[in-house]
Amino acid sequence: MPFYVAPEQQMKDKADYARKGIARGRSAVVLQYEGGILMVADNVSRTLHKISELYDRIGFAAVGRYPEFENLRLMGVRFADVRGYQYDRRDVSGRQLANIYAQTLGTVFSESLKPWEVEIVVAEVGDTAAEDEIYRITFDGSIVDERGFVAVGGSSENVATALKERFVADAPLSAALRAATRALSRENGEERELEEANLEVAVLERDRQHRKFRRIHGRRLTALLEEGRTGGNGSAGASSGGAAGSSGGGSGSDADSGADQADE
Amino acid sequence: MFEGFEGGRLPAAFMSAGTSSFTEFVRSVSPELLPGHHLPSGEGTEHLTPDATTIVALTFPGGVVLAGDRRATQGNVIANRDMEKLFRTDEFSAVAIAGSAGIGIELARLYQVELEHYEKMEGRVLSLEGKANKLAQMVRGNLGMAMQGFVVVPLLVGYDESTGTGRVFSYDAVGGRYEEHRHHSIGSGSVYARGSIKKLYKDDLDETGAIKVALEALYDAADDDSATGGPDLHRKIFPLVDVITEDGHRRVPTEDVAALATEVVEGRAAHPDGPTATLR
Repeated sequence: MPFYVAPEQQMKDKADYARKGIARGRSAVVLQYEGGILMVADNVSRTLHKISELYDRIGFAAVGRYPEFENLRLMGVRFADVRGYQYDRRDVSGRQLANIYAQTLGTVFSESLKPWEVEIVVAEVGDTAAEDEIYRITFDGSIVDERGFVAVGGSSENVATALKERFVADAPLSAALRAATRALSRENGEERELEEANLEVAVLERDRQHRKFRRIHGRRLTALLEEGRTGGNGSAGASSGGAAGSSGGGSGSDADSGADQADE
Repeated sequence: MFEGFEGGRLPAAFMSAGTSSFTEFVRSVSPELLPGHHLPSGEGTEHLTPDATTIVALTFPGGVVLAGDRRATQGNVIANRDMEKLFRTDEFSAVAIAGSAGIGIELARLYQVELEHYEKMEGRVLSLEGKANKLAQMVRGNLGMAMQGFVVVPLLVGYDESTGTGRVFSYDAVGGRYEEHRHHSIGSGSVYARGSIKKLYKDDLDETGAIKVALEALYDAADDDSATGGPDLHRKIFPLVDVITEDGHRRVPTEDVAALATEVVEGRAAHPDGPTATLR
């Protein structure tokens, strides 16, 4: 004889279960920089990716249980490729994918006993920074259209607060990466140093031809982290020199001085 | 099928561990999207789509050049003057097609998605051999259409990252795959183009030299084959040229091809048969 459980209680139990599951893993952040969108995750595995490519302009970041979000990733790639083949490559949008993820997660949350313990981000880089789209989709199928930056994961609120302090929309890549890694290191109230080997970094580069998604690892990542470090602690002159080296952007020194202030 | 996905769920196939092949996946969820899904019956169907003509490919140290004329013909009629028969399939490969244009374009488009789909699903790129074999299977899949008269033969070129060389693969209508060394040509004008390349090819060509040889060969094909189009200086229609090196795939800008093609045409004004090879 089954007990009666009020629907409110059922939903609350499921939500608590999902939140607890997600909180066990590390966070990920997605933020705009001057050349597009930067995605950074704290990930001990080098092959089980938390960040991947969905389509030409669209990237995917996820936290939580790997097999569950991997399923969602495969679904997204299949959907996007079929859509693009059926119509045109330009007809695949981040909004469509975000909607499908939201619907799928919503259905799973309300219909199955165990909700999926995942939180995902779908980011689409536009022709201009104003056309960039970043969507956060939570385990219950809620979808939020984020502006500028977003953090997902267990203690994403701490990370988001830390990121908000140092986020500059048109920062050069090294400064944006610095902001992202600093924010990720504030997880769970503790402050720890992130190891380079545990960082999964990718960008959606606005000016790149064809597919905009590119992973950053190895020497390039080391150089960018080093550049961000000297940019953050060194003198203003040194930091703007570093920025010019990476991107030649005139706004480099502005963004770096913003980061300097946040450091103090 | 999932066209009307609003408020529902995608079919279960989208979420299954399943296959990394796009073609196989599409065959299971919406086969009507694949080329050759409804095999036509009856004869005399050749007039339904025009024919794409001459393609040439040649390697040079550290890369490969692929070039094609722009003409499509239907019987004795020029169906299209500025057709694009070259397709970038991924960062390090490209295909060109000769034969039934309508089927060929669709095949190339599907192949491009196939390679990218595999890369995204698996998180790694297919080897060049793998890409060549995949294309062979897809051409073989078109055999039914080929027997109705819609024959398509592709030419695959790619940069092999493991050896640092450019490679060329040709196919027959049943999906036979042949690796070609140094140079190859397909399509109606290929006989003349091949003869021309053979005489001009050298093992130490640089990129520009290789492009020039390709343009001379296409000119020779157009000279003797009515279905191949030469450089059209008046309409500003020039052959398409793709180069693949360790830096990836690059479509040579129209201005650059125009300059080289004009040089070739002017050269022919003085010597109509083009450059001659020395006897030794």
